[in-house]
Amino acid sequence: MHLVLEVDADKAVESAVERRVAEIRRAAEQEGIAVEKLERRGTKQIVLEAKDEKALGEVEKILGSYPEMERSRRGPAGLLLTMSGQEVAAIQERALEQNVEKLRNRVDEFGVREPLIQREGDRRIIVQLPGIKDPERAIKLIGKTALLEFKLVDNQHNLEEALKGKVPEGSQILYQKVLDEQGRVVQRIPFLLEKKTLLTGDVITSARARPAQQPPDFEVGLEFDREGARIFDEITGKNVRRQLAIVLDDNVYSAPVIQTRIAGGRAQITGRFTPEEARDLAIVLRAGALPAPVKVIANLTVGPLLGQDSVRAGVQASILAGMLVILLMAVYYRVAGVIADLALFLNLLMMLGVLAGIQATLTLPGIAGIALTVGMAVDSNVLIFERIREELKLGKTVRSAIDSGYGKAWVTILDSHITALITAMALFLFGTGPVRGFAVTFALGILINLFTATVGTKVIFDWLILRGMKRVSI
Amino acid sequence: MEIVGKTNIDFLGMRRIAFLASALLVLVGLFASVQIARGRANLGIDFVGGTSVQVLFDRPVELGEVRTVLAGGGFADSELQQFVGGRRLFIRIKASGESVAGTGARIEETLRQGVSGNPFILESSNEVGPVIGRELQVAALWAIAVSLLGIVTYIAWRFEFRFGIAATVATFHDVLVVLGIFFVMGKEITLLIVTALLTLAGYSLTDTVVVFDRIRENFRARRRGSLAEIMNASINEVLSRTIMTSVTTLLAILAIYLLGGEVLHDFALALLFGIVIGTYSSVFVASALVYEWRVRFRRSGIETKRQAQSLH
Repeated sequence: MHLVLEVDADKAVESAVERRVAEIRRAAEQEGIAVEKLERRGTKQIVLEAKDEKALGEVEKILGSYPEMERSRRGPAGLLLTMSGQEVAAIQERALEQNVEKLRNRVDEFGVREPLIQREGDRRIIVQLPGIKDPERAIKLIGKTALLEFKLVDNQHNLEEALKGKVPEGSQILYQKVLDEQGRVVQRIPFLLEKKTLLTGDVITSARARPAQQPPDFEVGLEFDREGARIFDEITGKNVRRQLAIVLDDNVYSAPVIQTRIAGGRAQITGRFTPEEARDLAIVLRAGALPAPVKVIANLTVGPLLGQDSVRAGVQASILAGMLVILLMAVYYRVAGVIADLALFLNLLMMLGVLAGIQATLTLPGIAGIALTVGMAVDSNVLIFERIREELKLGKTVRSAIDSGYGKAWVTILDSHITALITAMALFLFGTGPVRGFAVTFALGILINLFTATVGTKVIFDWLILRGMKRVSI
Repeated sequence: MEIVGKTNIDFLGMRRIAFLASALLVLVGLFASVQIARGRANLGIDFVGGTSVQVLFDRPVELGEVRTVLAGGGFADSELQQFVGGRRLFIRIKASGESVAGTGARIEETLRQGVSGNPFILESSNEVGPVIGRELQVAALWAIAVSLLGIVTYIAWRFEFRFGIAATVATFHDVLVVLGIFFVMGKEITLLIVTALLTLAGYSLTDTVVVFDRIRENFRARRRGSLAEIMNASINEVLSRTIMTSVTTLLAILAIYLLGGEVLHDFALALLFGIVIGTYSSVFVASALVYEWRVRFRRSGIETKRQAQSLH
């Protein structure tokens, strides 16, 4: 399976800005500064309105510790903070790197042999998972952002009113999906939650799938680190009798009422999981949330059978192609043709050797490249032989006909190989995946051929002449 | 053994007919290019985005049945193609939204539930987002542009500018003609076909270079005779080589065409057409272009060089 993921790096910037909003708000509250409005605008801006100019002056002191936020005045007591381009780029870069790392952790835990996870450019990640049996499950595992958040249910406002469109500031509506036994969504229950996130999945040290209280469902048990346990203890202590929602990627999984203060840092996510789903969820939670969500923009899956099937067809075709060409050369040029056939054989052998050396995977277009090379490989020898025939017709001796045949054909061979190589290079530079495979075998064939068809055959001719060959069968 | 002995064909004398035939074919190719640019051609999902699924059933299936099942699953606008006695099925759906992830799995699920009593295995599934498709289109155009530029530069350096242009025009001609043929046949233009077109560009260029090399050599050898005579003689001299090489390559491609399986079928077909057209163009078109240019605009690098040489 070959996946191309597009990384939404702007989301990472958004959450970084959001974090700063929360920090500034907390600092302002602590100092008792009257801030009327403080919120993120767009991807990288913060709008701030202080009560008056005096309050604004105090806020600006706090902002001193955020040099990356460029300030500009907006109205009498307002500011517009814009994150510097440098910081934005740094955050995006870090998000991409962390994404790759977290995806690698997930894939490693999922247990795939020889996975390939790498960046491609500024916004893409390539994930290759050979021999995956359940592609859909793998996509879910990879595509999930896995942002786990704990949020309090808003009990100050009316859910009905909010559903009608009057969502109170600082709150949001999220849904819980209720599934039946087959895993189909039968109901969506709305929840009015406070926007403020109390705890995220960052504090998870362990996540494990285990049977839930109602069989056959499974659930995921979580353990937090010391800091997470302390915060969780504090939250539950302060909010006894209130509902605490467990939100994963903006879906509410459960919203139990806090019965008592919970120390020790343990929690669980329930929600009609099958054992596999619970296991996969545990994997993504352990590996951690992706700082930037990803979207699968290309997914190429080749079943193992087709792979074998078509590769076999390709190999058969190449063998037939080789035999036809060998036969034709031997019939048309006789002994010289057989010499060219030897060179062709050497060409193929070296090519396979190099391909094995660079550990290239033979794709179908790659095999087509080899077959095409077979067809074109003898071209150089055809050029040389036709030249020798001409020279012989001019009445030259065998030796000088062969020498000048090679000499005169050489320039042409070089020219034709270089032009073919230019095309192969263009294919390699701008092609992707299979096209590159084709370009590589094609270019290899051309380069190796330059040697085998000229030096390889000349050596045999020279040897024959040394042995006293008087006539040339060509 | 010799199939083509010493020939003396007046290739340049036939240039008017060749130009006319080529012009017509190129016109079709240009029309095809315009249609492709306008999105009216049968572009593969690798260029427009979409999903293709290949499955192999245990027993032959009815296309009509599959179509109904897919339409019921919300895949009404899918294209179907059948192979191997009706057991193997290609399903292609062009992209509608930005994200295509999961379409392949949904198609598979729809088939599993809809076509009962005839199990199948999923052989391959490709999902390509439209973003990638657009990028591949651009990349393909770049590949064509860069290889053409590289070729002109090289040949202009090795020969002279005029030859470089003629070789490029002849190569472009071959690519356009094959594109036109594929368009008329209603074949899908996929990434693999573009690869084939570029490969045949390389091939046909090689063919042309061999002819040009001989022309240059004969000019340098200070042969007697008019420009047309020297050029004709050169083409005739390399004719047996041109035909021999085309035949060996054709044999190889024919093997891929016949045995390479469905995936390589159209790829091989494009190369088959390409080799025939490429051989034709290097014999009838490329040199004729140089000749025509030379005759119309008298002075040429080769001639001045020759005159300079003959003064000594």
